[in-house]
Amino acid sequence: MDIFLLEAVINGLLLGGVLALLALGLNLIFGVIDVVWIAYADLVMCGMYAVFWLYSGLGWPLPLAFLAAIAIVAVLGVLVHVLIIAPILGSAPINQLLATGGLLYFLQSFATLVFGTDFRNIGVRLPIIEVGDLFISFARLIAFVVALIGAVALYFFLRRTYIGTAIRAIAQDRDIMGLMGVDQRRIYLVTSAIGGALAGLGACLLALQYDVHPFIGNTFGPLIFMVCVLGGLGNMIGGFVASFIVSQIISIGGYYSSVELSYVMAFTLFIVLMFIRPRGILAP
Amino acid sequence: MSARIALLGIAALVALPLVTPGYFLHLLIQALLWGFIYTAWALMGRFGFVSLGHGAFMGVGAYVPALLWNYEGLTPWIGIPLAVALSVLLAVVVGYPCFRLRVVGHYFALVTLALGQVVLLTIVAARDITGGSLGMTQKAVGHSWYALQFPEKGYFYIIALLLWLGGLLVWRWIDTGIGREALEAISEDEEAAAAIGIDVTREKLRVTLISAALTGLGGAFFGQYLMYLNPETVSGIGVSLQIVFAAIAGGMYAMLGPTVGAFFTLALTEGLRVWFGANFVGAANTIYGVLLILFVIFMPRGIAGLIEAGWRRNRAVTAMRQRSTPAA
Repeated sequence: MDIFLLEAVINGLLLGGVLALLALGLNLIFGVIDVVWIAYADLVMCGMYAVFWLYSGLGWPLPLAFLAAIAIVAVLGVLVHVLIIAPILGSAPINQLLATGGLLYFLQSFATLVFGTDFRNIGVRLPIIEVGDLFISFARLIAFVVALIGAVALYFFLRRTYIGTAIRAIAQDRDIMGLMGVDQRRIYLVTSAIGGALAGLGACLLALQYDVHPFIGNTFGPLIFMVCVLGGLGNMIGGFVASFIVSQIISIGGYYSSVELSYVMAFTLFIVLMFIRPRGILAP
Repeated sequence: MSARIALLGIAALVALPLVTPGYFLHLLIQALLWGFIYTAWALMGRFGFVSLGHGAFMGVGAYVPALLWNYEGLTPWIGIPLAVALSVLLAVVVGYPCFRLRVVGHYFALVTLALGQVVLLTIVAARDITGGSLGMTQKAVGHSWYALQFPEKGYFYIIALLLWLGGLLVWRWIDTGIGREALEAISEDEEAAAAIGIDVTREKLRVTLISAALTGLGGAFFGQYLMYLNPETVSGIGVSLQIVFAAIAGGMYAMLGPTVGAFFTLALTEGLRVWFGANFVGAANTIYGVLLILFVIFMPRGIAGLIEAGWRRNRAVTAMRQRSTPAA
């Protein structure tokens, strides 16, 4: 096997981890609250700026900056729900999608206002690992491992805790759970906070690999949606599988042609799969 | 009576460039072209078919004539119809399976979002001929009908005005046609509409193709006017969302709503730009973003909806007074 192709496959695998994490967050929100946060990737952008500002600007130690960034984005998630989603929870679903689209505009412009359009980097240079002839980026490896840990932690949270069970129950039947005495508003708030925290965690992992700029959400956003929809909106395991398929297409496609064309391939496949398997690749 | 007012209004609009300074004319042309494109989007949007990918049609409309002109020397008189045809083809390829297989709501929005990305990234990927993210300029030949290039803004003003009026006519045509009731039934409940014998796929496809064709046309003239194409400014998510939001802010359920949206957003961004100066890049859009959220939450029918509601209330009050006067 071609060594560069192997490298592309491994890079795709590592990218898939972070995509899977972000898709989990978005899927959780969709499954539980039944809302598509179009601005989800822009929350990730906010998290990346938080890391940059705390670490490079204020000189906080990196782990502390990471924790703070996760907390900040979690709070942002709660704010999004309270300020934007909650007032229009009863109106047409497309309105909620559009309202978070307004948020996308706001966050991108606000970031431009505060940080300018320059590409910023936190300037942490992690080593490159050599395995035989293979070169693997340590930052990507960490991102992959942490993303997997995050996903597993979420899984146990949803399975083993009372509130996790309530979240899963709400995702299955919104109306009945109210009658069972579950406080829906509280569940929504917790879900939004977790969704935000996952975006924050994703932001930390991406900040290690990529420069941050106000419009980075436009790069990752459509990818995350694609992954979620491919897996079946609300279907977390499907999203997990889909993220690795998408990341492989992008990585291997990029190896054979150009980065843009590999994205074109992925998006085209997405459109086609929407017609063949509209409820997701793992749908029965 | 109202026809005479409309004619007077149009005459005034035609005469406007004679008395308007260049900067305002530039804004007017943009407002009319955007108004036309927003109207085209709202043709679908008002029935609940929310497309987040109209930047795709605009990008095709802008790039195809420019590429044909630069590399083949083909006049935009042929290039623009080709671009419109290509936009329609794209709409068929994506729209037909969507409607046939009942891809609706979120899913339809996300499919169109992906379509927008496909066109945007294809333009960027073909950087050998399109200049990629750096953009491209059409070969300039000065004043020429053959190349559809006019350094004087007056010509484009008239073109934009005609396009915009044409867009309004199409709106009226759909609004008064038989298809409108079918589309309203579909937007209420697709299954029920199909059950009473409405060909859901055909009706949706028809309005989508018209919308795509007009958006492509608008994109083409936008490119001819600006003489500089950049994938981010004529295609992609940014443009697609701009179209959606301006139409919503103006009011997508009224004929003039999208136009109101075009003037409103342009006045807002220009006003804020002048107010804040160049030092605060993004300030205008930050406020715009907040306004959009507020619009969607509190005024989903937009400015035009607000005006209409106020107007109706006024008329009701007047009618009540008239009715009560003879009695008293």
